[in-house]
Amino acid sequence: MAGIVGYGVHVPSYRIKVEEIAKVWGDDAKAISRGLVMQEKSVPGPDEDTATISVEAARNALKRAMIDPQKIGAVYVGSESHPYAVKPTATIVAEAVEAAPEMTAADLEFACKAGTAAMQVCMGLVDSGIIEYGLAIGSDTAQGAPGDALEYTASAGGAAYVIGKQNTIADFEGTYSFTSDTPDFYRREGQPYPKHGGRFTGEPAFFKHVLSGAKGIFDKMGTEASDYDHVVFHQPNGKFYIRVAKKLGFTEEQYKTGLLTPMIGNTYSGATPLGLAAVLDIAKPDDRIMAVSYGSGAGSDAFSITVNDRIEDVQDNAPKVSDMITKKSYVDYAVYAKYKGKLRMAWMP
Amino acid sequence: MKDIVRGWRHIQQRYNLIGSKCSQCGNVFFPSRVLCPECRRKGKIEDFKFSGEGKIHTFSVIHTPTDEFKTLAPYVVAIIKLEEGAQITSQIVDCDPDMVEIGDDVEMVFRKIKEEGEDGVISYGYKFKLKN
Repeated sequence: MAGIVGYGVHVPSYRIKVEEIAKVWGDDAKAISRGLVMQEKSVPGPDEDTATISVEAARNALKRAMIDPQKIGAVYVGSESHPYAVKPTATIVAEAVEAAPEMTAADLEFACKAGTAAMQVCMGLVDSGIIEYGLAIGSDTAQGAPGDALEYTASAGGAAYVIGKQNTIADFEGTYSFTSDTPDFYRREGQPYPKHGGRFTGEPAFFKHVLSGAKGIFDKMGTEASDYDHVVFHQPNGKFYIRVAKKLGFTEEQYKTGLLTPMIGNTYSGATPLGLAAVLDIAKPDDRIMAVSYGSGAGSDAFSITVNDRIEDVQDNAPKVSDMITKKSYVDYAVYAKYKGKLRMAWMP
Repeated sequence: MKDIVRGWRHIQQRYNLIGSKCSQCGNVFFPSRVLCPECRRKGKIEDFKFSGEGKIHTFSVIHTPTDEFKTLAPYVVAIIKLEEGAQITSQIVDCDPDMVEIGDDVEMVFRKIKEEGEDGVISYGYKFKLKN
């Protein structure tokens, strides 16, 4: 089966604290922070979007993959915040990493799981022999309407994976997906912000699909929680992540490395790929990893992965997730609103 | 339409710092030149990819930008001496302007340069950030 040849990440350096957002809306910051298990979230700079985050992550992935980018046969960018409604982000990335023009490319959208969907597409193309290497990216500059609960978590970041069969650093043992028509969260065409079903996003949506995805990969691989050294889940907030990990029988030791939301927020399509990257940053040869994404709408992609001996040769070739988390500067709500384009300015039509 | 074509023509230069080099004298150029000013007709010009590493040669802090760059202000624009030799002008991103100094090491990043209004084309390309 195909494996991971290289991985890379990018998280914008700006942060806003939960207290700063709560102050604007008169909310109880401590209660929100405790309830969501969240302290702060990343904020994209005014010149950052899904395309720029994807390019930075992809360039870091290539530093670890150490391959000729012209050998990349497919580029897929999964996101729900592509800069254009029509005009692929993937072509911008392909040119910026010098993979174009002899390759295929497309943008994917499946709420927060389009990044793992891109990984599955690349796995299929590599395993079928159609391409030698594929570049799969999950990246977002997530939108949360001012005053909405999502504003506390919707953040920005992304991770890129070079998928192939040669010189892998970790190998896929199997993948399993669970999908249904569940309208827990959506954004209609032309609308600037998504809508969600409040509590409906919990049990019948996130928990049902993530638990089913995890149980599906357990059954397929003949494994159980104790067989894995690390586990990563989609993380709309810290609370859901920890609860689903405990329900499946994982310990804090197994789930803590991949939990990034308390420090950077929910990076949507970037969330599970970034959590997996944080695990690969510290993984040892023969470590076994389970990763389960979740995308509203709704579905989960689960992966069983084994790390191999080459991991230690590439871990230091590019910035790690922990480097991106610690390199930060705080903005207040006014600057955040300006950077996120929430203000109507004098010169606008 | 003019902006679309002008941007598209410069994609290699703006995305990947592709300039040119005279293989006769070894001089590098950014943006690309079609003729070497030293070797003239004897020169041999070829594409050259810069590493994206360099040092700040000099800089200015912009406090009164045009409308399209107002969300960035105050921001730093620097002349950067690239490791391989050529000098280019670029914004230095994600920094406190008070912390920037001549001689600082910088590296290339990929950022949005400008948007042609809310329904126009988006231009991307190189900017620089402080190293470490």
